[in-house]
Amino acid sequence: MEDVIIGLEIHVQLNRLQSKMFCGCSTAYHNSPPNSYTCPVCLGLPGSLPVINKKAVEYGIKVGLALNCKIEEETLFYRKNYYYPDLPKGFQISQYDYPLATQGHIMILGDDGKERNIRINRAHMEEDPGRLVHAGTIDKAKYTMVDYNRCGMPLLEVVTEPDLSSPKEARTFLDKLKSILEYLDVFDGSQEGSMRVDANISLKGGDRSEVKNISGFKGVEKALSYEITRQKNLQRRNIKVVQETRHFDELRKITVSIRSKVGAHDYRYYPEADLAVMRIAPWVPAIKDALPELPDAKRERFVKQYGLADDHAKSLTSEIKLANFYETVAAKAAPKLAAVWIADVLKGELNYRDLSIESFREEHMAEIVQMLEKAKITENGAVQIMRDLLDKKGGTPQEIVLARGLGKAEDDAVQKAVQEAVAESATAVADYRAGSERALNFIVGQVMKKTRGKASAGEVHRLVKEEVEKV
Amino acid sequence: MFSELKAKLLAESCEEYLSQLFERIESINRSPLNAFTTLAKESALKEARQFDKNPGQGLLAGVPIAIKECISTKGIETNCSSRILRGYIPPYDAHVIERLKAEGAIIMGKTNMDEFAMGSSTETSCFGPTKNPWDHTCVPGGSSGGSAAVVAGGEAPCSLGSDTGGSVRCPASFCGIVGLKPTYGLVSRFGLVAYANSLEQIGPLTHTVEDTALLMEVISGHDGRDSTSAEGERRSYLPGLKDGISGLKIGIPSEYFGEGVNKDVEKAVWDGIHTLESLGASWQEVSLPHTRYALAAYYVIAMSEASSNLARFDGLRYGSRQGEDKDWHTTFSAIRAQGFGPEVKRRIMLGTYALSAGYYGRYYLKALKVRTLIKEDFLRAFKDVDILASPTMPIPAFKIGERINDPLSLYMADVFTVPINLAGVPAISVPCGFSGHLPIGLQLIGPHFGEAAVLRAAHAFEAATPFHEAKPEVI
Repeated sequence: MEDVIIGLEIHVQLNRLQSKMFCGCSTAYHNSPPNSYTCPVCLGLPGSLPVINKKAVEYGIKVGLALNCKIEEETLFYRKNYYYPDLPKGFQISQYDYPLATQGHIMILGDDGKERNIRINRAHMEEDPGRLVHAGTIDKAKYTMVDYNRCGMPLLEVVTEPDLSSPKEARTFLDKLKSILEYLDVFDGSQEGSMRVDANISLKGGDRSEVKNISGFKGVEKALSYEITRQKNLQRRNIKVVQETRHFDELRKITVSIRSKVGAHDYRYYPEADLAVMRIAPWVPAIKDALPELPDAKRERFVKQYGLADDHAKSLTSEIKLANFYETVAAKAAPKLAAVWIADVLKGELNYRDLSIESFREEHMAEIVQMLEKAKITENGAVQIMRDLLDKKGGTPQEIVLARGLGKAEDDAVQKAVQEAVAESATAVADYRAGSERALNFIVGQVMKKTRGKASAGEVHRLVKEEVEKV
Repeated sequence: MFSELKAKLLAESCEEYLSQLFERIESINRSPLNAFTTLAKESALKEARQFDKNPGQGLLAGVPIAIKECISTKGIETNCSSRILRGYIPPYDAHVIERLKAEGAIIMGKTNMDEFAMGSSTETSCFGPTKNPWDHTCVPGGSSGGSAAVVAGGEAPCSLGSDTGGSVRCPASFCGIVGLKPTYGLVSRFGLVAYANSLEQIGPLTHTVEDTALLMEVISGHDGRDSTSAEGERRSYLPGLKDGISGLKIGIPSEYFGEGVNKDVEKAVWDGIHTLESLGASWQEVSLPHTRYALAAYYVIAMSEASSNLARFDGLRYGSRQGEDKDWHTTFSAIRAQGFGPEVKRRIMLGTYALSAGYYGRYYLKALKVRTLIKEDFLRAFKDVDILASPTMPIPAFKIGERINDPLSLYMADVFTVPINLAGVPAISVPCGFSGHLPIGLQLIGPHFGEAAVLRAAHAFEAATPFHEAKPEVI
């Protein structure tokens, strides 16, 4: 899809901060009654004045540095003037000239499997508006309610150059950005609406459309794919794509036009005289020194330090929590084996259940890997233990092994007895193949006789089943 | 004067004094002065009774004060004399109100002003014009006309106004009282409803320079809620106030005299300068060469900022909301069309234009450059002299209705006050004579944070002249 040109503007709530961008209100407004986390400043009451949350600027610089940006000597805030009911002052305090950070880049894995450099145009700070809750869809709502709890949340807007060439690449970029933000501990992506994307998309030679306010990465991919189809259809019918702003309707999975760029907004940007110019250059060295290890560096280290395959290292470093989980396990159990089991198995089991890594305990994983390492359990057994733990059946891995008879202990003898018993029970095997589960019980009984009851019935049942299916 | 007032309050009764003031205001309310818009009678009398029981130690204990409509007062309607804000009762006090209360002052109520401080005559108010206590057919000046009239007219011993381009000094001059515009950043603007936020400061209006010094002591000082508030310790303006002005060097800006200045005004101001000379000061001519660009730069900046500052008034969250609900664009357009008066609309439109893409560089940015040049004019002048002296207004109070339909001539009257706001320096207006029966103000301008020098000169002048003792006949 070389003919597709995509640029993104990502609004990131710096929601790891305690207070809002220009007032002392708490950022922990989620799941609270509407308009309960507000004050004269974030409500823009007459006479109120903003005060910069310095920690927010610090976080912004952190992100700028992690995105390999140039940090400006001085930064200042501007008023972006536009009228909308979610914006209580009639303007948004944002940045314009002299944003925090400019000219950065990050590497992502392109659709062709090659590393691609995506340029960052700028990153600037602003305040989040409130939230409009439409009664129905945006174009047909009978009335709309306003919740100002979100108003004044510190936002960082990251703007890319139009360097992305497919919806999938856009998603890859967003995943990478999210990962970096979480590594920096400035952002918690689990909160609703914490990252919102505006996407500019055009086909080569055509005008671009801007799809506004898409929340969720899946949404971005879907909205962009829809736009490509829409624009291609227009081109095919020789209809010109007009430059316009569109809204992604998540329910209908389509984009709808909300305003034409002709007669576009004039935001009348001008410097916010209520806030002073900030000299931020002196802050940079200390922030730089305190930057944590970022995904790319961690991935390289994992390859070197633990001898991991690159794709395992990449998978394990995609999320800071996962990387930390891995390192804790790797300190207690064979690192390479741990990598395979966490990246290939545990991650899949978690995804299947829509769970995060926090749902699994590091010491359990370490125990499982140790048992695998010492060949105390089979691979199937390990998977079974993980599933039991995830499905909250209770117990430790060791207990599950005992309870389920997943131990591989005296196996030679048991295994031999199993093979013999299967060979001797042609009728039962045939019955089982014909669909009779119960036929296995006969063979299990034979094995128990041969081993004089030393083998665990559960384990024997499993081994018999394996053996029968093998034949 | 406060010291006499305090003695009286302690000897007699604050409640009685305040009741008499309220009686007076209410008996003549709406006419002749129409200076108070909202009275906080109940809470004020309660505080007065409290004072009578236990006067406390506050610098302003028991002193009643009137507050301009654009300063946020918790529980008392704050409407900027605009229909669009009618009914808005703030949930918080401005920094200056907190300070006043902490020092025991009693908030009497709110005073009339030009709508959103846009004007110099108090005629653009939704409550109708305030009258000049010296002549009820004349304006009291503006935009803090109500605050000046209540003091000059004996309805309150002191008041707070705000000064964006002369809005404290102009009415002080027209009403024959003292009014100070502090250095930008000296008094917190937290709670001052913004008109042009890069220009304005809250300032006191009083009968005497000493009262102004005392009020400044209370309301000035750093406030973390205003990022433009100057750092540093709270300053005291009373010590040294009466030290005299021997050796003070006064600059007379030549651009502030001559064409357009009323002859009586020019003479009274020169008499004032000679009085200062006789008190031990010397004077010399100085030049502020960019003065002639000040009005244009001021109005571009003030209107641009106003267009943004006033965008929040839509009746959605507070204020008046009339008419039926339709789609938001229609509804809020209607609310704004009905809620703002013509002068406010004019300034919003002009300011919006000046900030628009393609015009920003030609108007706003250029005005900012002029502003820098004007500031440099002052900095240069203050290398040679300690303070500057000029007329506050080129004319005495004019007739109500005389200029309301000629905005340009109204704007022109601000010619000697707006450069001070552009430069951010402090200036005081003190009574210095009469044109017929109408007072004239002398403007003394200091360098940034030079309030002490300005107040000392003003005090010396006041001590040597009788003008501040004159009272309008109506009283």
